[in-house]
Amino acid sequence: MISLVEYSKDVKFSKIAHNYGKYWYKFRNNKLSLLGLGLIILFIALAALAPWISPYPSSAGLYVNFANSLKPPSLAHPFGTDELGRDVLTRVIFGFRYSFTLVGVVLGITVIPGVTLGLVAGYYVKRWFSVLIMRMADIFVAVPPLLLALAVASVMRPTLLHVMLAISLAWWPWYTRLVYSQTTTIRNEDFVRAARLMGASPIHIMFSEILPNELGSILTKISLDAGWVILIGAALSFVGLGAPPPTPDLGTMISEGSIYLPNFWWISVFPAIAVVLVILAFNLLGDGIRDMFSSSIR
Amino acid sequence: MDEGAERILEVKNIMVGYKVYEGELKVLREVSFYVLKGEKVGIIGESACGKTTAMKTVMRILPSNSIVWGGQVLYKGKNMLAMSKKDVTSLRKHNLSMIFQDPSSALNPVFKIRQQMYDIIKYSSDERLTKEEIHERAIHYLKEAALPEVERILDSYPFQLSGGMKQRVNIAMSLVSARELLIADEPGTALDVTIEDQIMRLLKTIVEREHISIILITHSLGVVKGFVDRVYVMYAGTIVEVAPTKSLFSNPLHPYTRMLMDSVPRLIGGGVPEGIPGVVPSYLDPPKGCRFITRCPFRMDVCGQSPPDLREIDQGHYVACYLYNEGRS
Amino acid sequence: MNYAVNYVLKRLAYGIISLFGLSILVFVLARVLPGTPVDLARLALGPNASISAINTFIDELHLNAPLPLQYLYWIEGIFTGNWGISLVTKRNVLTDVIEFLPATLDLLIMTAIIILLISVPLGLVAGRMQNTFVDNVIRVITYVGIAVPSFVVAILLQLFLGYDLHLFPIIGQLSPGIAPPPHITGLYLIDGLITGDFGAWVNALWHLILPSFSLALGPIAQETRILRAAVVENQNRDFTLAETSHGLPEGLLTTRYLLKPSIIPMLTVYALDVSSVIANAFLVELIFDWPGFSRYGLNAMLSKDLNAIIAVVLVAGILFIIANTLVDFTVSRLDPRVSEEMGD
Repeated sequence: MISLVEYSKDVKFSKIAHNYGKYWYKFRNNKLSLLGLGLIILFIALAALAPWISPYPSSAGLYVNFANSLKPPSLAHPFGTDELGRDVLTRVIFGFRYSFTLVGVVLGITVIPGVTLGLVAGYYVKRWFSVLIMRMADIFVAVPPLLLALAVASVMRPTLLHVMLAISLAWWPWYTRLVYSQTTTIRNEDFVRAARLMGASPIHIMFSEILPNELGSILTKISLDAGWVILIGAALSFVGLGAPPPTPDLGTMISEGSIYLPNFWWISVFPAIAVVLVILAFNLLGDGIRDMFSSSIR
Repeated sequence: MDEGAERILEVKNIMVGYKVYEGELKVLREVSFYVLKGEKVGIIGESACGKTTAMKTVMRILPSNSIVWGGQVLYKGKNMLAMSKKDVTSLRKHNLSMIFQDPSSALNPVFKIRQQMYDIIKYSSDERLTKEEIHERAIHYLKEAALPEVERILDSYPFQLSGGMKQRVNIAMSLVSARELLIADEPGTALDVTIEDQIMRLLKTIVEREHISIILITHSLGVVKGFVDRVYVMYAGTIVEVAPTKSLFSNPLHPYTRMLMDSVPRLIGGGVPEGIPGVVPSYLDPPKGCRFITRCPFRMDVCGQSPPDLREIDQGHYVACYLYNEGRS
Repeated sequence: MNYAVNYVLKRLAYGIISLFGLSILVFVLARVLPGTPVDLARLALGPNASISAINTFIDELHLNAPLPLQYLYWIEGIFTGNWGISLVTKRNVLTDVIEFLPATLDLLIMTAIIILLISVPLGLVAGRMQNTFVDNVIRVITYVGIAVPSFVVAILLQLFLGYDLHLFPIIGQLSPGIAPPPHITGLYLIDGLITGDFGAWVNALWHLILPSFSLALGPIAQETRILRAAVVENQNRDFTLAETSHGLPEGLLTTRYLLKPSIIPMLTVYALDVSSVIANAFLVELIFDWPGFSRYGLNAMLSKDLNAIIAVVLVAGILFIIANTLVDFTVSRLDPRVSEEMGD
């Protein structure tokens, strides 16, 4: 006879494996989501390999070559060159690097604390610290994220780190709220009561019982958020509160290039297309993840 | 039965299913039934046996992922499946309607009963009615459904009413447009047993008084016995037995019907033991022959080869089973 | 009815508390983040400020007092109309706000209207015609619409519809030579209507279209998707099937019985989006040279004009809370179940 604990572990694992198979099957069926996933992987690869695959790596840093400036797209420079003679294609690829770093850091900083706070607030609802957490979250939420990020960034020196911090500060409460509202419902379910009766610790209940049920919406939100973070990062750079020059950032490129419109359109247009594609890809991916976890999809 | 009476509804060999991620669910296989004018017909079967699908096919309210492979739905001779939307709407306005299983989900939650009743009455009538006329008719139908305090109910939202009251409201709404045929999909299942009893009595009184034909869907043998004239037994999307009520209960022929009757105490709310993989046939890949083959204690080789026809064994009593098919031509 | 009123009062009280919390947050950010009081002074006055200027600054703003006391001074200032002096305009920030806010409100109202006018029909049509060609086209539009940042849309619109095709004006609120309507609220949309100055009103409307549309595109895409999803879900519910089987015509079904329950989830997001317009307007106002509150805020941020920054964030927060309360109220009128469930 297998002990009850071992048996339940086996059953749980095989169930998870089976479920993941089903999830992947559901995901695979949605061509748009696959497109999104493919694009993201492509962009991440580009970003990671930027120094090695970009044609003119020096364009990403302090580089000036007026002889070569404002050249339209050609074989040598598929995206043309900007006003300082830098290769736009290279800067776009490095721009991806910056964007993805931004996404990684911001989401990395915000998701784990945000989700944890939401779990705690939701599980211990009605206790004083739960109320405190949620009121704090409500306050941060009252200001649109872009505005808060702008405001915070403006009072600090404009470095990469500060930009990330500014955006993170505006971001964490959304996860807390999402997790909180779901946790307050789930905690009343029978299986949570059963776990409590069996003597499971609150930490176990929160992270091993409640959290897995919320993974679907959390993952969806992460994917959709990635798009928003990039958007806000671009907006911040556009107004000059983002990464300082000469950091190649898509938003800055759009902004700096916009004065050269419409004649030297490639300086702005290619970064703009890049931004749109990245955000689009994350949205498609996010939709696919949401459909994957949705039980009403037939 | 009354042979000369008109067949209000005749469904012939409909094959209906759904498209899902894993493939196609071939639910209804050559399902045929009819209802005479003024007749009370019952359809019995477990959950997911296709009863609701069949009714939705008749009313043409199938979801967007449904597939209709063939068959006809003849309402007074005209095929509803081939009709224009306008004609179907006209039928729904004047002749037929449906009552759903869960009274709560069948009423639009953000509108007062008054608004919903008024609109149904207004659009069911071909002539223009004044506001007072509409209001009077609304009260009339609500009273027919034995609802007290009609004014208060009109001013209520669905969530403010009890289950029994909601179901009566549904009945009232259906009566507006179902002057000839009423389809009742498990009207009492979601209610307490005593309330269910009230609702069933109400329905019986109304349809008998107004000579409305009714198709009653249920999984409860007890409900069927006291109510309908004739019964169809469905299993896994096929009709396995048809008989007048008395005949069905005194002499159940199909093995499935017999098992139903034998296990009456365990049946209500439970059904024949399921949950063991492979026992209930999957609609994705249903058996070629008789669909009861996986659970029939009397199965023979011939059962798996092709579906058995419905044969008349006794007067008006048909069964689709190879046990009774020796000597078929 | 009492329930609804109670509910709204409750949400309003909630909002006011959030506002106080917001003020504390903003205050802390503005006073604490830059560093020491001297850092703060340097930030505000510039790196070359004299010692005496710095000291005066510190004294005036009570920067050496304990933080809670500073907050009280500051709150007192807010309520008495002393919002501090802007470093850029050298006036009371409140005056600045009153001057620049109406232009942004014009934008806000126009954007809010455009969003509803477009996303409601699109969402209904897409939902009812699920998986048809029309639906797919609409879905593609929404995907793209969400992905394109508002400032990119603004630049593109300005370029193509403004420069190239000369269909719309490129910058400003009014064409040169047209006088603004008599000043009652400051909002051209309202003042023009009230005083009957239709010439100015129409001109102002024309100028509003491009910037409003740039701001509206993202929200339109978002709301259309949500409405569509809600319609798709609701049309498979029993009540829709029941209404159909009772013979209600399809048009009535869509525009009344499907619309009402489906629009409720959309409205919550709508509130969020409309209040975000204030933030997103920063970029669009810049591009269209719009003399609005957001651009004022942006300048404030670039110039490290602390008092102005605080004011901008605060006002944005207030508008957000007002918008939310309005939507909460509307939702509670639409969905009777909401006001019944009191308490979180």
